[in-house]
Amino acid sequence: MRHIISVLLENESGALARLVGLFAQRGYNIDSLTVAPTEDPTLSRLTLVTHGNDQVIEQITKQLHKLIEVVKLTDLSEAAHIERELMLVKVKAVGEQRDEVKRSADIFRGQIVDVSATTYTVQLVGTSDKLDAFIQALSGTQILEVVRSGVSGISRGEKTLAL
Amino acid sequence: MTSQSKHAEMLSGAAMVIRALADEGVEYVYGYPGGAVLHIYDALFQQNKVKHVLVRHEQAATHMADAYARATGKAGVVLVTSGPGATNAVTGIATAYMDSIPMVVLTGQVMSHLIGEDAFQETDMLGISRPIVKHNMSVRRPEDIPYLIKKAFYIAQSGRPGPVVLDIPKDMTIPSNKFPYHYPDEIKLRSYQPKLKGHSGQIKKAVSALLAAKKPVLYSGGGVIMGGAAAELTELAQYLNLPVTNTLMGLGAYPGEDKQFIGMLGMHGSYEANQAMHHADLILAVGARFDDRVTNNTKKFCPDATIIHIDIDPASISKTINAHIPIVGLVQPVLEEMLATVKQKKKKLDSSALEQWWQQINDWRAVHGGRYDTTSALLKPQHVIEQVSKITKGEAFVCSDVGQHQMFAAQYYKFNKPNRWINSGGLGTMGFGLPAAMGVKLNFPQADVVCVTGEGSIQMNIQELSTCKQYGLGVKIINLNNGYLGMVKQWQDMNYESRYASSYMDSLPDFIKLAEAYGHVGIRVTKPEELQPALQRAFVELKDQLVFLDIHIDPKEHVYPMQIPGGAVNEMFLSKTERT
Repeated sequence: MRHIISVLLENESGALARLVGLFAQRGYNIDSLTVAPTEDPTLSRLTLVTHGNDQVIEQITKQLHKLIEVVKLTDLSEAAHIERELMLVKVKAVGEQRDEVKRSADIFRGQIVDVSATTYTVQLVGTSDKLDAFIQALSGTQILEVVRSGVSGISRGEKTLAL
Repeated sequence: MTSQSKHAEMLSGAAMVIRALADEGVEYVYGYPGGAVLHIYDALFQQNKVKHVLVRHEQAATHMADAYARATGKAGVVLVTSGPGATNAVTGIATAYMDSIPMVVLTGQVMSHLIGEDAFQETDMLGISRPIVKHNMSVRRPEDIPYLIKKAFYIAQSGRPGPVVLDIPKDMTIPSNKFPYHYPDEIKLRSYQPKLKGHSGQIKKAVSALLAAKKPVLYSGGGVIMGGAAAELTELAQYLNLPVTNTLMGLGAYPGEDKQFIGMLGMHGSYEANQAMHHADLILAVGARFDDRVTNNTKKFCPDATIIHIDIDPASISKTINAHIPIVGLVQPVLEEMLATVKQKKKKLDSSALEQWWQQINDWRAVHGGRYDTTSALLKPQHVIEQVSKITKGEAFVCSDVGQHQMFAAQYYKFNKPNRWINSGGLGTMGFGLPAAMGVKLNFPQADVVCVTGEGSIQMNIQELSTCKQYGLGVKIINLNNGYLGMVKQWQDMNYESRYASSYMDSLPDFIKLAEAYGHVGIRVTKPEELQPALQRAFVELKDQLVFLDIHIDPKEHVYPMQIPGGAVNEMFLSKTERT
C-alpha cells in the first residue's frame, strides 16, 4: 500500500544522505522524495512516498526514528491529509495540436507557462493521480519532457508535525 | 556550541581531542599514526593521562577497543589516520555495529579545503562508514571538538549502543590555533531521547502472562550483557524456576553450570534448548533480536508461544517475529520492575505444570547432552575446550575468532559470569579473537584471557603478536588446528559432497617458531595425553606470558547439533548420521 511519510529532520549536512541510504541499505522503496528547509532554518521537512505492507511500513518508520537527526515523523496517509505535486510538461504544439493542448490544460486547470513556435510548457498542480491523468489525456500529443516535483503533504485540521 | 567562560583554558584542536578523552575518563586509545592525525599524536605525546596502544594494523585497534567495551560496558576509543587508516578500521566498526557495541572512532581527514579534491590519503569516511555506524559526524570548527566528542560518547553509550565515527580534518587540530576549552557535563538532543524505563502497563501484562504459563522459556541475548542486567535476569529466573537459554551473544548472562541453564539455542544450540523453544507456551525474550541464526524458518518458529519481548530498540520488536507483549526500555530497569511486580503478587507459576515441563526438558537433555566421541585416539576440540573451562574455572575471558572453534567454545566453555564471552556474533569477523583478547588483557592484567582460534582465523591478525610483546600482554592462544577452514569444510561435507573448494590450509607456518620469533612461548600438542601438561604450563607456570598452544585436533570433526535449513527451531542434525 502507498504511504506518505512526513519527516522533520535536522538541517545538517549528511542527514539526507543518511536517510536515503537507509532505504537503499534495507531494500525499502522510495517512490518520490521532496525536501527543503522549513521556516526554522535548523529544520528540514521531508515528504517521502513509499509502498509496502504494514510490517514493512512499521519497520520503515521505526528505522527512520532511529536516525539521530530525525526529530519527528508521521505517516500522513493514516489520517485525512492534503497532498500536492507539481509537474511541468513540455509538449510539441504545432497546428491543431496547439489548441488541443491548450484545451486539455484548461480542463485540468493547468497553466501554460512557456511558449515557443513549436512547443508549450504546461504547469499542473494536484494529486499524483491527477498528474497521471493529465499525461493520459495528452496521449495524442508528443511529450518532449516531464518534470515532477514529488509529493508534498500536510495533515488536515489542527494536527501538525512541528516541534 | 561550546559554552564560553572567561577563564577557560586555551587549547589547540589537537590538545582538545586528548583533553576531552581524559575528561571522559578514557585510559587507553588504540590506534596507528599517520599524516592527518600527527597533530593529535603530538598532543598525546605531551601528556600522560591518556595512554596510546600502537597496534600493527588498524583493524586490530578497533577490535581491541570493541573487546574493552564488551568486557566493561564502556565505549572503547580508536584513533586512526585518514584514507587507508580509516578504511582498515571499517571491518572493526562493522563488527561493533552488528553486535551493538559502544565505540568512538576518531578518524583523521585531509585539510578541509582539500576535501573532495582526491587529495593524498583522502577518503570519504563519513560516506563509507554511514551504513555501519550508529552515527557519524565531522568537525567543522575546532572549538566544537569538546562538544562533538561528548556527543559521540553519549550516542555510542546510550539507548541501543553502537559505534560512532568522528572525522577530524587536519586543519581542525593545528597546534598554534587555540580556543577556549570546556567539556560539557551532559548532552541533550531534541532528536534523540532514548527510552529508559519500560511501560508499567505492559510490564504488568507481561507478568500476568508469565505467571499463567505452563511451559515457559526465558530466552536472553546480548542486550542483557551490554545492559548490565545479568543479576536481575538470574534472580527472576531462579525466583520462578524458569528454564533459561542464551543466544551466542548472551552467554554468561545466566551461570552456565546452573541446572536451570539449558544451553545456547539456535543453529548450533543444544537439543534441549531448541526443543524447549519449539514447545514453549510462553517465551520471555530479553535483549535478544530473533536473529536468523536463532529462529531458523520464521514461519515454523515457536507455534504455540505467547511472546514477551523486552528490548531497548523498538525496531527490533516484531521485526522478524511478532511480539504479543512488547516492552521497549532498558532491560535492567524493566527486569527490576518485573521482579518487583512478581514478588508483590506473591504468586508463582503452577508448580505441577512447571514440574512436568522440567521433566520434559530433562528428558530432552538426555537425548544429546553435548556428547562427542571420547574414545578417539585423536584430540577432540570439544575436549580441549572442556579442559580450558576446567583449568580456568569458567571465569576466564574467552575471546573467540570465527568458525567451528567459536561454536565449540560457545557450547563447551561453562560461562559463569557475564561479559566474559567475547566474540563477533553478528558480523562473524575472522581475525577478531587475538586483538580482542589483547584489549581485554590490557585492561584486566590479572585475569585469565584466552583466545580460542583456528589456524585460519589466527592468520588474519597474526601480526599483533608483535603488539603483545610490546605491551606484555600474556594472553593464552588456543589454536584448534585442523588444517582446514573447519566450518567451510563442514558445509562442504554436508552440502557439496565433500568438494573442499579452497578450504584446505596448505603451507601452514610452524606456529611454534612463529610465536618464538615474536618473542613468545609456543607449545605444540598433537596427542590427547599432551594436553593437560601443556595447559598446566600455559596457565600456571607461564601465567604472565603469552603462550601459543598449537593444538592439532581431529580434522574430521563437525559441530553438532546443527539446525536443518528451512526447518523449525527444533529440527536438527545431531551427528553425521542422526537427525530429529
